[in-house]
Amino acid sequence: MTFEIPDFIPVIPELFLLGMGCFILVADLFIPQARRDITYGLAQFSLLGALLLTLWLAAPEVRITMSGTFVADPMSDLLKSVVLLISAVVFLYARPYLMSRDLYQGEFYVLGLFGVLGMMVMISANSLLTLYLGLELLSLCLYAMVAFNRDSTQAAESAMKYFVLGSIASGVLLYGMSMLYGITGTLDIAGVTAGILTASGEFNMALVFALAFVVVALAFKLGAVPFHMWLPDVYHGAPTPVTLFIGTAPKIAALAIIMRLLVDGLGPLHADWQGMLLILAVLSLAVGNVVAIAQTNIKRMFAYSTISHVGFVLLAVMAGTTEGNAAALFYVIAYALMAAGGFGMVLYLSRQGFEADNIQDFRGLNERSPWFAFIMLLLMASMAGLPPTLGFYAKLAVLQAVVQVDFVWIAVFAVLMSVIGAFYYLRIIKFMYFDKPEDRTELSRGMDFNVVLSVNGLLMLGLGIFPGILMSLTAAVR
Amino acid sequence: MFADWPLLSLVIWTPILGGLIVLTMGDRMPEASRRVGLAFAVLTFLVSIPLFTLFDRGTHEMQFVEMIPWISTFNIHYHLGVDGISMPLILLTTFTTVLVVIAAWEVIQYRVSQYLAAFLVMEGLMIGVFSALDAVLFYVFFEAMLIPMFLVIGIWGGPNRIYATLKFFLYTFLGSVFLLIGLIYLYTQSGSFAILDFHHLPLGMTAQTLIFLGMLLAFGVKIPMFPVHTWLPDAHVEAPTGGSVILAAIMLKIGGYGFLRFSLPIAPDAAMALDWLMVTLSLIAVVYIGLVALMQQDMKKLIAYSSIAHMGFVTLGFFIVFMIYNNTGSWQGAALGISGGMVQMISHGLISAAMFLCVGVLYDRMHSRRIADYGGVANTMPWFAAFFVLFAMANTGLPGTSGFVGEFMVILAAFRADFWIALLAATTLILAAAYTLWLVKRVVYGEVANDNVAGLTDVNRREFWVLGVLAFAVLLLGVWPAPLLDVLAATVDNLVRHIAVSKL
Repeated sequence: MTFEIPDFIPVIPELFLLGMGCFILVADLFIPQARRDITYGLAQFSLLGALLLTLWLAAPEVRITMSGTFVADPMSDLLKSVVLLISAVVFLYARPYLMSRDLYQGEFYVLGLFGVLGMMVMISANSLLTLYLGLELLSLCLYAMVAFNRDSTQAAESAMKYFVLGSIASGVLLYGMSMLYGITGTLDIAGVTAGILTASGEFNMALVFALAFVVVALAFKLGAVPFHMWLPDVYHGAPTPVTLFIGTAPKIAALAIIMRLLVDGLGPLHADWQGMLLILAVLSLAVGNVVAIAQTNIKRMFAYSTISHVGFVLLAVMAGTTEGNAAALFYVIAYALMAAGGFGMVLYLSRQGFEADNIQDFRGLNERSPWFAFIMLLLMASMAGLPPTLGFYAKLAVLQAVVQVDFVWIAVFAVLMSVIGAFYYLRIIKFMYFDKPEDRTELSRGMDFNVVLSVNGLLMLGLGIFPGILMSLTAAVR
Repeated sequence: MFADWPLLSLVIWTPILGGLIVLTMGDRMPEASRRVGLAFAVLTFLVSIPLFTLFDRGTHEMQFVEMIPWISTFNIHYHLGVDGISMPLILLTTFTTVLVVIAAWEVIQYRVSQYLAAFLVMEGLMIGVFSALDAVLFYVFFEAMLIPMFLVIGIWGGPNRIYATLKFFLYTFLGSVFLLIGLIYLYTQSGSFAILDFHHLPLGMTAQTLIFLGMLLAFGVKIPMFPVHTWLPDAHVEAPTGGSVILAAIMLKIGGYGFLRFSLPIAPDAAMALDWLMVTLSLIAVVYIGLVALMQQDMKKLIAYSSIAHMGFVTLGFFIVFMIYNNTGSWQGAALGISGGMVQMISHGLISAAMFLCVGVLYDRMHSRRIADYGGVANTMPWFAAFFVLFAMANTGLPGTSGFVGEFMVILAAFRADFWIALLAATTLILAAAYTLWLVKRVVYGEVANDNVAGLTDVNRREFWVLGVLAFAVLLLGVWPAPLLDVLAATVDNLVRHIAVSKL
């Protein structure tokens, strides 16, 4: 028996991130609190280094390595780059908040880095086991990060809820996977597809159960209705930087496993899961948009808005066409950028002893800072899907995919729901522009924060005027 | 020398660039922002003039065409061009914006640069709506202009502005999303987002009917038609003068333009089958809304309702063509209705702008729009009274003013279709005269009503020129409409020939 040495080259970004994570974990012990910036710098260096490595190693062909458990293809290159970039932005947004609350500790960055590693593994998973491994690595880091503010009972409660429900979902996923393994006799995703194709023909009860378990678990991880109950509580209870982290990059990773497992792996069962996703999408759109109107806490509002955006993503996946998959990727990347900016604005307004997580806290922002009111205007317009912002093209691409497969009435329903959704985004614009400020505290957050947040907001407009750049990227990888 | 310039792009992007420059000037130098804003508005107007002088009146083909790929994944192009329908509306836009910028000069003191920037950006977007030949490009401009208008009403509006602006936004947004679905459906059928390709796409009756109804929701809310007109009186009452002017003079016209550019040529069979609905709704707007206008206590609300009634005339002119065909058996003379509707749109753009500016002049002095607070204004403001009476006469359709030409053409067309429809339509002459002249009587004539009116000062030089230019335009179009009709003729004839052919 010979031991074959796997091709390590496609895995270099992950190995780099793993190495840096371990190094920072140890090095941080020797860094005094006053010099915590070193940890922050190292964390940013790891993310940007991994980003450069990913871009450098990007190749148009599919590379499978590690005994068939790991795949690097154009989709993984694109999604990993976006995840790394957005995580770097998240770390940057989080810094002033953490510093002003005695939370500026190395563990935040180490957990964050391992979470990013988990996402990268999820994106590159080519076997059920790798997929689960990545998912759990991410989830465990997120549970800990939600409880990161030890003194907050609210955060502890959220973390507990998240942990219990998340573990159930992971268990459900594992159960579904075990059934798939039982039917097809392999953990390899391509092998599962082949096994299903040979098994198809007669009705297979185990396969239907396996599919249902997998869809439920994925719906839970994405936060689709009726598996969404954890989402508002976790978003609300977690410290804002952690909410920002949960709300952005992990959505991309979750879509990646949907692509790998459902679209590619269980592709032959498309007719079966199409109906399931349709119900999830319709419910998510309805509940997300309607309930968001009643929220007064902006983090909860964003939570429900996330649910409605997930509805759109699921609609695109539901179409089951290349256009639909490309639209889902485009949507989720656009969403991650919007959510990063939205939470970035909440962090911009918050300061020591003041969370700024109430919608009313945006009152009169146009008088306090016309520039950042304009940035928030762009972000909200983009979330509402108003042209000429990025969010419009994301919705356009999804609707196009849905109409193409003759679900015209579903498309009509989706746009009606986004009209309802437009109301609560407009309400924020209303507070910023039409009301007078009550709180006139000086707003300033350091040059790096201001520049990145501005770029993030202007990207909504820039990519809205030239959406072709991102659209051709997502179309090329599917 | 201008013939090979990208004129349409210049007309669209000059004001948007100007708006961004004004925006960056901030609040520190309001006077400079006003000057820069005016410079860009005037520059845009000057750039738009060659569109008129170089326009080839002999063809219905699109002119000044520009086309470059924009989003290749979906075969979307940055495709611009104008014909006889859109070019006059672009000139109306550039002309009105100059007046709005001047009219805001001393009136707007809060956040001047943002105010001017909103109007300049909105100008560019509205011109984009009129010149876009790609459906997505059209939709982007169509929706994007809601945001500046939302802010204009919400920031500089009256006491109930937040209700009004949210209502305005949500109504228009709700209507337009159905248009979006229709456009996407057309794309999946034709493989292109080019509006001119949609015109030649064969469609079944069900598809046509659904698309027609979707577009009716979008453009019917915008124009607005009964029964989705209720946002307009609220928006007008609460909007600042400039906002009302742009809303009445141009935004409503986008609805009418949409009917001509989309509904009629894309779904002619559905339009023919549903013409009874359109004609009925138009007549309700003319008669019922005319009666509602009679009862108003607020000057702006009265003019808003009068706008809805006049727009009812426009849709009547557009959709009477099928009845003319059914009645006379030929498409001859159908063009009269559409041309009449177009003339009515341009004329109403000028007249309603003038009426709202007149109310603005009074409001700036008295801070009241209630009719009961006025009376005998002619005694203290003779020049203003002269203008106001002139515009009121034009609003009632007095021969010699632009208001007469369009109404006369539409009524003439209605006679070819059905006597009773023409009779109902003609009641507008009585109703409009009643509510407008009664307004004039109560506001301008009579004894000086109270001390406030006694203390009024007449129009200043700036207001005089703004109203004077509008008065000149109203009279010019009234006695010599030929230049406008020449521009319209080839395009409208082609449109009628196009809708005469079934797409089934």
